[in-house]
Amino acid sequence: MRVVLLPWLLLGLGFFAIGVGAKEATPASDDPALEARVLAIAEELRCLVCQNETIAASHADLAVDLRKQIRQKLKAGQSKQQIVDFMVARYGDFVLYRPPLKADTLLLWIGPFVLLLLATTVLFVNIRRRRREAAADVWSPEQAQRARALLDEGTGNS
Amino acid sequence: MKKIVLRYLLPLLLFAVLVGFLARGLSLKPHEIPSPLINKPAPAFSLPLLDAPDQKLSAQDLRGKVWILNVWASWCVACRIEHPLLVEFSKTGTIPMYGLNYKDKRDDAMGWLNKFGNPYTRSLSDTEGLVGIDFGVYGVPETFVIDKAGVIRYKQIGPVTPEVLRDEILPLVRKLGA
Repeated sequence: MRVVLLPWLLLGLGFFAIGVGAKEATPASDDPALEARVLAIAEELRCLVCQNETIAASHADLAVDLRKQIRQKLKAGQSKQQIVDFMVARYGDFVLYRPPLKADTLLLWIGPFVLLLLATTVLFVNIRRRRREAAADVWSPEQAQRARALLDEGTGNS
Repeated sequence: MKKIVLRYLLPLLLFAVLVGFLARGLSLKPHEIPSPLINKPAPAFSLPLLDAPDQKLSAQDLRGKVWILNVWASWCVACRIEHPLLVEFSKTGTIPMYGLNYKDKRDDAMGWLNKFGNPYTRSLSDTEGLVGIDFGVYGVPETFVIDKAGVIRYKQIGPVTPEVLRDEILPLVRKLGA
């Protein structure tokens, strides 16, 4: 666990204890349109402290700071792409909640489909083989006769 | 023969592959995110000194030196783990080590240094944590090695351990010709 997480964990426990629900990222400006844009961008970015949360959802100190950065940059007239590039330059592709398609993420993107294709191929080959085996599995006249004899014997005794 | 391969060897092979992946997963450290700043110029900064807030130090002032930037804070618990090692290391006088006092209060930071010792050539106050963001800091402590041309050559996430210092940082510093 990252060190910066600890105070937040304790704070979270404190909230829990006194029954005060933690709020979603408190807007720091009065402009709801700007806040909506901040959140839209923050939702695309991963919090580096609590890695499975977005910067929009996280309460970590760094997430608050990064939201502040997004807000300032939007106010300064920067585009979404400029802000995302700013984050990637500092924290790498990891900061993107949707990883970009490049050579080293190729397996991540196509891996599941390759597995799916492989599994369906195995499934179909199996089904066809079983069907073929079932079709080939016909009794010879001798086998049929023997079975009949056994059945007759059974009914005869009862 | 084909049946044996399919029925026994194939599952065994798949199992081995699975074990391979899981074993690799055990040795990965998902919280250590590789920094895109390695081998890139260190971000420019100009920050007030912790012990003399009216003076500023900039990245430019450190050109021509191999130096270490250690991100620390008085509120950071893990910083205490590495601190004795840093103090010890600073006594060897190998290379200058600058502290980036990250999102801290000046009084707390000064008190902390008085209490635990000051390994830093100088410490810089990054009260707002903006320089920290430029350096891609996401968990304190973090340690950077920066070469004479001002390029970041190494980043340690989390406390510096004696092993990291001995096996990673010192050989690199020697290579960079401090």
